[in-house]
Amino acid sequence: MERQGTRAYDKLIFEISSPGRIAYSLPDSDVPERPLGELLPREQLRAKPAELPEVSEFDIVRHYSRLSQMNYGVDTHFYPLGSCTMKYNPKINEDMARLAGFGRLHPMTPAASAQGALQLMYDLGLALAEISGMDAVSLQPAAGAQGELSGVLMIRAYHRSRGEKRTKVLIPDSAHGTNPASTALAGYEVIEVKSDAEGAVDLGDLERHLGPDVAAFMITVPNTLGNFEPRVVEIAELCHAKGAQVYMDGANLNAILGITRPGDLGFDVCHFNLHKTFTTPHGGGGPGSGPVGIKAHLEPFLPTPVIVKQDDTYGFDWKRPKSIGKLQAFWGNFGMLVRAYTYIRTMGADGLRRVSENAVLNANYIMKRLEAHYDVAAPGPCMHECVLSARRQKKLGVTAMDVAKRLLDLGFYAPSTYFPMIVEEALMIEPTETESKETLDAFCDAMIQIARETETDPRVIHAAPLTTPVRRLDQTRAAREPALRWSRPAGP
Amino acid sequence: MSSIPSDLRYTREHEWAKQEGSRVRVGITAYAQEQLGDVVFVELPKVGTKLTAHKTFGVVESVKAVSDLFAPISGEIVEINADLPNTPQLVNQDPYGRGWMLVVAPSSAGDWDQLLTAEQYEQFLSESGH
Repeated sequence: MERQGTRAYDKLIFEISSPGRIAYSLPDSDVPERPLGELLPREQLRAKPAELPEVSEFDIVRHYSRLSQMNYGVDTHFYPLGSCTMKYNPKINEDMARLAGFGRLHPMTPAASAQGALQLMYDLGLALAEISGMDAVSLQPAAGAQGELSGVLMIRAYHRSRGEKRTKVLIPDSAHGTNPASTALAGYEVIEVKSDAEGAVDLGDLERHLGPDVAAFMITVPNTLGNFEPRVVEIAELCHAKGAQVYMDGANLNAILGITRPGDLGFDVCHFNLHKTFTTPHGGGGPGSGPVGIKAHLEPFLPTPVIVKQDDTYGFDWKRPKSIGKLQAFWGNFGMLVRAYTYIRTMGADGLRRVSENAVLNANYIMKRLEAHYDVAAPGPCMHECVLSARRQKKLGVTAMDVAKRLLDLGFYAPSTYFPMIVEEALMIEPTETESKETLDAFCDAMIQIARETETDPRVIHAAPLTTPVRRLDQTRAAREPALRWSRPAGP
Repeated sequence: MSSIPSDLRYTREHEWAKQEGSRVRVGITAYAQEQLGDVVFVELPKVGTKLTAHKTFGVVESVKAVSDLFAPISGEIVEINADLPNTPQLVNQDPYGRGWMLVVAPSSAGDWDQLLTAEQYEQFLSESGH
């Protein structure tokens, strides 16, 4: 049950402000004070003080404690958001990240005094390279999309170094939206490749587009329909024969750990989402971490600095003339690297393989239990996630969005909806390996209940959610007429 | 089945084109707006922009998805629908009428004949399982 009395709390901190209230007194300045006008350009000085909230320390504690009681995350609920791998974040990761030698390390600490941190990064790079079959890894990218951008920029630098002018990148129509976005940001024209009826790459369409102007083909494996791309090796060979590089979006890596490796399948580049596969927090601000792995021919183009080991000493290598440059402040999201390293060392090789086996087993269990009640987007067995379609329910007036809203009332976060875009009324469910059978069953029971309600009492679905802090939002109006700024109500 | 007026031509990406004297008016089909759901934003190029047939010319965003808009024909934009920035819902309410997007001065007469007729578009929708 939701806590009584907290659900209705919807105050902004500005609304509990009372003039003159102070929560904290700054210590006296120990440097000589100078007028602001001497320190800042005049156009940056305010005429009036900013209208900041004025609250007591107790007000702040209570305000944020009450808001935090409405938090919804993997620590409180099943969160089967497809393609996001919302798995349990082990608390030992937090212990390690808080060790003073990591947690209190200043990013400007000279390499000689930060050997432990550098060794952790060096070893994590080796571990990710081994897991993926790649030759080198950069830990800098802040999240998946920046990993993609780094990878595509390395591909661009590689082609340029060979004097080749290639202007296009091919991407399947089932791709995550970040793929075309990163590619366009790297200066390429994006060409969409069609999927066949099973959601796999249409090889004919791929070959049609695969000309001498194509720099790369970018694909998610397993694909966004939750299936292993059946002709992935053939695809890589086709691309290489035309001089194109092959990029694997590693968003779905959780399905294949210890079973197969992107490098062995023929990929030249792949990124990792540490906040998905490697149990660093996902959501709540993360932050994310999206290391990128590459084959040896791309090594000269790695972002700087590269962490190197000489004898038993670790250091930064900045002298890399062909590098695509630096991408991220300092050394990436280091706290996440500590957590991912901890996870990999906790699990070991056998443990990681079991992760994927159980993730795949759990997804297939859900698909099997639900296939009589919802349409399945692609014939199974699936990998680590399954994509259902509410097209049967839509005929009765219940859309995928309605199913998602009703699930909130029944105590579950909703699956991804309307993705992949090639599936009508898509519901993409990723349970991950960390859920028990009891949880999977409770979720399936809820989904089956909704399928029944669609036939008997769709009103309850259309009214949902009733038990959440806010009821169904008017998404359309929110997007068409967004209110992006709170304004103080007129005084009495 | 969504409405498919017989006097228009169509693309496989679900745009419609209407001959108006020497010019061509362009929008998206009733089927397209149904699939997109409530349209919340339409991004169009400026008057004077040159279009190339089959290439993207803008973006339509709905509560569900962001989709590219594809030019049915090559030519130069002579008019855009100035109502769409503030009332994108016109695309849902009246896709073949007040929800129009562009008027184009065609640069290549042959483009028109490459477009699907209403009959062909209807068949395309039923073949692709729509």
